[in-house]
Amino acid sequence: MMAVRERFEHDMKTVQEDLLDLCNRSIVALEVSFKAFVNKDIDTALSVIDNDIHINRLEEMINDRVILLIAKQQPVATDLRRLMTIVKAASDMERVGDYAVNIAKDTIRIGKDDFITNIEILQEMSAKTVSMLRQIVDAFIHENASQAKEIAELDDQIDGLYGQAITNFMQLSSKQPENISQIMYLSFISRYLERSADHATNIAEHLFYLVKGQHYELNN
Amino acid sequence: MIQVQEQAQKIQSNETVQAAQANSKNTVFETKNFDLWYGQHHALKNINLDIKENEVTAIIGPSGCGKSTYVKTLNRMIELVPIVKTSGEINYRGRNIFGSGYEVEELRTQVGMVFQKPNPFPKSIYDNIAYGPRVHGIKNKKILDEIVEKSLRGAAIWDDVKDRLHQNAYGLSGGQQQRICIARCLAVEPDVILMDEPTSALDPISTLKVEELVQELKAQYSIIIVTHNMQQAARISDKTAFFLNGEVIEFDQTDKIFSTPADGRTEDYISGRFG
Repeated sequence: MMAVRERFEHDMKTVQEDLLDLCNRSIVALEVSFKAFVNKDIDTALSVIDNDIHINRLEEMINDRVILLIAKQQPVATDLRRLMTIVKAASDMERVGDYAVNIAKDTIRIGKDDFITNIEILQEMSAKTVSMLRQIVDAFIHENASQAKEIAELDDQIDGLYGQAITNFMQLSSKQPENISQIMYLSFISRYLERSADHATNIAEHLFYLVKGQHYELNN
Repeated sequence: MIQVQEQAQKIQSNETVQAAQANSKNTVFETKNFDLWYGQHHALKNINLDIKENEVTAIIGPSGCGKSTYVKTLNRMIELVPIVKTSGEINYRGRNIFGSGYEVEELRTQVGMVFQKPNPFPKSIYDNIAYGPRVHGIKNKKILDEIVEKSLRGAAIWDDVKDRLHQNAYGLSGGQQQRICIARCLAVEPDVILMDEPTSALDPISTLKVEELVQELKAQYSIIIVTHNMQQAARISDKTAFFLNGEVIEFDQTDKIFSTPADGRTEDYISGRFG
């Protein structure tokens, strides 16, 4: 039995490579952006903002390639689900890139001011979110659904940390109303990290759909 | 959240109702443990398929898989091949078509067929359509006129030919000729229409017209269509059977076959990995 869809396989592989590139860029942007926030490194924050255009372009390119593949090759079943989930995962990861930009902008707004509170919870959230994103991207690329549920469970931990962080910031805002601006920026950053983890959960759900052909709701 | 759950339950119960309705449709052809040999060659192996009324059933599979053989068995055209042997049952509306006393003419009146290549008779459009009814003894001009118009309208070709009914059907385009053949089939008011790759010799627009027609016809007829065009099967059929090496590998709702087929071989075939 000879393989008769070499061109299709080749084009599919190219799209998968583009997605992997997009995922890596977004995760690195989130990591770098958070590090810039911790170190109050304005130049690095600016570079994250500048580089976001590449992530956006990659997402558009993936969409265009997938549209062409569907139009020209009329894929069905797993092939079609793979292409659809690639588009969805690309959209999720592009959004992670946007959160990296948001963190960079808040970093610039905070400027060189001292942190008014301990940022350890945020650091833990960032480390867990990045780890979760890396694991789910790896599982998605290898279409390994067996780990997806386990990875998605990390989101509960990140949600818990987010809850703690917000409670802390609310208490601070009543105690230190003069620092309300920074408290808001810190709250936003915790929100961006929490949302990034939600997008990782989305990708886990896409992965389930891709492999099993059924919809799963993870972490209700 | 509760609303979402209620909605999900509603959707699920709708699906259950639809599934139940699908199952409650009458069976037109019931194929039970059916085998067919061309001499030594075992061409159909233990086929079990239920064809329901008012549905379009697509038969897909690579060349030589037995799909045309199966369809030609349903109106016993396969008997024209002298070396054919069969075992098992095919029941049409509850009666075994191979049973003693089953007249082949009676079966073929109920089970019409449209072939790959349009094959109108070298006669006028009118005489092509009136041929079957005349064979069945209808001589009355007024009745024949009515049958011809109704059949041509049914095959969505009336407007194209109403002003030249007495011209030779060979003067029509391939797509029009195929619709004439469908009209000729409708003229004897069959119950089932078998179509063996009815659009493979047609251009894309004619193909789409025939596909639209199939969709319209299923309200009144049960249609079984053999096709090499998988997108066509996906577009027009309610159920799809995938044949491979004389076996039915998978038979299910077309939506299921083309989204989440159960068998890896079905998936490989519909996604063009072999065939």
